[in-house]
Amino acid sequence: MTEGVETQAGAPLQWHRIRLIETPAARYVLMALAVIYLIWSVSALDLNWHRLSTGLPRAANMFARMIPPDFSRWHLLIKGVLESIEMAVAASFFGMILAVPLAICGASNLVPRPVYLFARALIVLSRTFHEIIIAILFVKIFGFGPLAGVLTLIVASTSFISKMVAEDIENMPPGQLEAIRATGAGFSKLLIYCITPQTLPRYLGVSIYRLDANLRHSTVVGIVGAGGIGETLAATFSRYDYDFSLAILLVIIALVFVGEFFSNWVRGHLR
Amino acid sequence: MLELIELTKKYRTGTLAINGVTLTVDQPQVVAIIGPSGAGKSTLIRCINRLVEPSSGKVVLDGIDIVSLPRRELRKVRRRIGMIFQEYNLVDRLTVMENLLSGRLGYVGFWKAYRRKFPAEDVATAFRLLDRVGLAGYQDTRADELSGGQRQRVGIGRALMQQPDLLLVDEPTASLDPKTSRQIMRILVELAQESGTPTLVNIHDVGLAQAFADRIVGLRNGEIVFDGTADQVTADVLTEIYGEEDWSTTIRRAGDKDDQSISDKKKNLGKEAAAG
Repeated sequence: MTEGVETQAGAPLQWHRIRLIETPAARYVLMALAVIYLIWSVSALDLNWHRLSTGLPRAANMFARMIPPDFSRWHLLIKGVLESIEMAVAASFFGMILAVPLAICGASNLVPRPVYLFARALIVLSRTFHEIIIAILFVKIFGFGPLAGVLTLIVASTSFISKMVAEDIENMPPGQLEAIRATGAGFSKLLIYCITPQTLPRYLGVSIYRLDANLRHSTVVGIVGAGGIGETLAATFSRYDYDFSLAILLVIIALVFVGEFFSNWVRGHLR
Repeated sequence: MLELIELTKKYRTGTLAINGVTLTVDQPQVVAIIGPSGAGKSTLIRCINRLVEPSSGKVVLDGIDIVSLPRRELRKVRRRIGMIFQEYNLVDRLTVMENLLSGRLGYVGFWKAYRRKFPAEDVATAFRLLDRVGLAGYQDTRADELSGGQRQRVGIGRALMQQPDLLLVDEPTASLDPKTSRQIMRILVELAQESGTPTLVNIHDVGLAQAFADRIVGLRNGEIVFDGTADQVTADVLTEIYGEEDWSTTIRRAGDKDDQSISDKKKNLGKEAAAG
């Protein structure tokens, strides 16, 4: 391989990095296949330039009718926003509580293997479906309204917080757990004296982030009828009340901004 | 006091970490366990309080076989065995005082522990030990703000808070500089001698082992190949434990018994503690 390139010291003069796929032929064939698939999938989408171009004037029309935003039905707006906030706070609260046992059971360094697998399966399962799908499910079961929305957000919050905290527990240095166990402390004292102080900042940070996320998601789940300001928004679109839609959108933007700032401020003060 | 009988640990990977170790410590003495990396020093010490489950054999502490104890009884025995670690293993986000008091966790109830309401005598002992290890005034400092040497002082304090009948010490100085290492060993040995607690110390620094231990046990491939006093550790013994090497610079010559006599150590402790 390195014939004729050896120096007087016998050290090779040529070197190249090891590639993922060593055979050049295989490498180029795979690259070509990837490009062909990309081209094929774009063409299969049947992007219709005609429909896109006729949509543009309609968009202009819709935006024209949105301006100026109509705040005259502010009581509906306030009611929707308050409902969204209530949904977000309630869901975050219950999510925080439910996430604690799930996070502990989902930490492989704390519990026996079967418990860990069961908890992780629960977490994965509830993360499999997007909130909208869960919301549709709960609306079918419990009917329209904020109950379905809150339940949706509780499921999403619990799985999110528990996954994050479980991973934080797993990342704890094993020595600390070992040291506390060596003093003769049982599992419950290990929890309060070692795991709680080490993971509390992460838990609170994730929970506050989730409150912020719930605020955003509470506006979305309303679109499928699960309560909150999103439900009001969906109604205005179907009634072509675009000026009221814009008013709602502006309020949602303000709400999300406030939530984001609050979340960042609180998390900045945790250590 | 402590008796290990044919203690064996085989890991699931098939590694025979310790192989039929029999060892008796029947008086309050400091026993240094020396040996190359992978000889099974850490495993041996962890099998005693069952942080690692032995595969077979017995660990008898004051007549009780620890290996056969059920979980609940094991926790009771663990309260009597203090442990000190190479990486200190303090709970970083807790204060020095909370870390010291964690040595009493086996004796207080759940809510008392949760609210950090420890008995007055425990708090008094903690303050005394804090002073003794040279960290007076540090009670409210968070553990992650301390230097390595200071953390190990807290680690020693935590183990002694248990008022143990046995001290297990796993490479207490391996992460510390030479001067701090000597200070830590000195505090450790003094406290062990004062309280009359038999102490097993894993240590890879042969010089430190000779300077501070009453007895030295050599471990190789999970088996005891030497058991004697510091003076009996010769080049031949080290070759037996570690393999062929030029040992002339490692072994302490007879005569430099220690840099300082015990009374000198006491005087210096306070000064060095304040610096360390």
